[in-house]
Amino acid sequence: MNSSILKTQLESVTENGTYKHTVQPIVTGSSVLALKYKDGVMLAADCLASRTILAGSGELSDFQHVQTTLKGVMLEEHVFDDDQEIGTKSIYKLLSNIMYNRRSKIDPLWNKFIVAGIDEGEHFLGFVDLYGTTYKANVLATGFGAHIAIPILRKYAEQKSDVLTEAEASEILDMCMRVLYYRDARSFNKVQKAKITNEGIDITAPYSLSTNWDFAESIIGYGA
Amino acid sequence: MFRNQYDNDSTTWSPQGRIFQIEYATEAVKQGSAVVGLRSKTHAVLVAVKRSPNELASYQKKIIKVDKHMGIAIAGLTSDARVLSNFLRNQTMNYRVKFDRQMPIGRAMNTLATKAHANTIRYGGRPYGVGLLVIGVDSKGPHLFEFSPSAITPEYYAYSIGSRSQTARTYLERSFKDFENLGIDDLIIHGLKALKDTLPQEKQLDNLNTSISFVGVDTDFCMIDGPDTQKYLDMLESSVDAMETE
Repeated sequence: MNSSILKTQLESVTENGTYKHTVQPIVTGSSVLALKYKDGVMLAADCLASRTILAGSGELSDFQHVQTTLKGVMLEEHVFDDDQEIGTKSIYKLLSNIMYNRRSKIDPLWNKFIVAGIDEGEHFLGFVDLYGTTYKANVLATGFGAHIAIPILRKYAEQKSDVLTEAEASEILDMCMRVLYYRDARSFNKVQKAKITNEGIDITAPYSLSTNWDFAESIIGYGA
Repeated sequence: MFRNQYDNDSTTWSPQGRIFQIEYATEAVKQGSAVVGLRSKTHAVLVAVKRSPNELASYQKKIIKVDKHMGIAIAGLTSDARVLSNFLRNQTMNYRVKFDRQMPIGRAMNTLATKAHANTIRYGGRPYGVGLLVIGVDSKGPHLFEFSPSAITPEYYAYSIGSRSQTARTYLERSFKDFENLGIDDLIIHGLKALKDTLPQEKQLDNLNTSISFVGVDTDFCMIDGPDTQKYLDMLESSVDAMETE
């Protein structure tokens, strides 16, 4: 193939022949929140662009790429047919390897991930970002939620993960999502929640958060 | 000059449906000194008798640690075994780095079989001239596998390979049903009893030629050689004495 054709096809090839990878993410989803409670792990995300259990925020297409890759790995695991499929802990490590590998090519997958599950009886909640950095905590949030929701989660959930009931956990996440919707210009009031307990995984259908905008009337410059 | 016209290459079939090169390789396994493997619900054990080429030489190593949760005992060409143990070490280490988990034993055996099988389906190569007994622990508990030059990897309750190993297998066939609930020491003693049966009249187990290793659900792979084996050899002796007085 002639190199000038190649240049027009790959817009990311610069004039001096070097490649320019994604430097600005597009189609970003906003926050994902997660917390550990008595019976398992619960997550919430708004419905702009998100998936749960493996919950991600950032570039949707990169997220879908990771999703496809992991699906392939899980298929391989299934094909072994030895009843020893990899658990949450291994998926977390694999995801971190994938992300670190891509950042080392200076072409990162532009996401922040929350991995949640139950592995060998232990509630697992871990975080992976576009550099492959990992950490585990009782409460996690990505995107704008890392700024706004983390203080709320710390106050109500961080030290109580072994006593918090499911209803309480759910209420805390709704409260955080509502605050996020009020304060994040890029979020949406339709949210989704997921929980992982010993009984399995349960992902809710998207639902709307009730909001009250009466206060807006008192803001000078609002509306007409 | 040739035994027959079908044994020049490991890819050539005989009209009787045999591949002679592979059969010759399994003969090499039978010339190696014996190794015995056995397992209970919680542990897997390998015992082996080492050989020394002459009085002045050291004894050839028979048991190789692969990973924290896995080890092998060899019978046959030692240099082929080195290739295979290096391969297994690579496999288990890569698996750790990739998945933060110990490689399931059956999967390690699968990769090994695939590698060994490739030698027998392309011309110019030769099968590995070594047999292995592999023990290890994974989420399904302890395992004992055999690897042979024909690249089949069956799993066993107890097994033995190497020279005169048939006598050990006869002992194991008689007693393997008792192994399930045994503790580690009793399991080792059963292994040594089976191993002892493979020795010719003039030889016996001592703390120079005996190798012991084990791995358990809550115990990392561990090897015992030299003076440390004496404890088990003493236990073996008193257990044999007790049986004779009965």
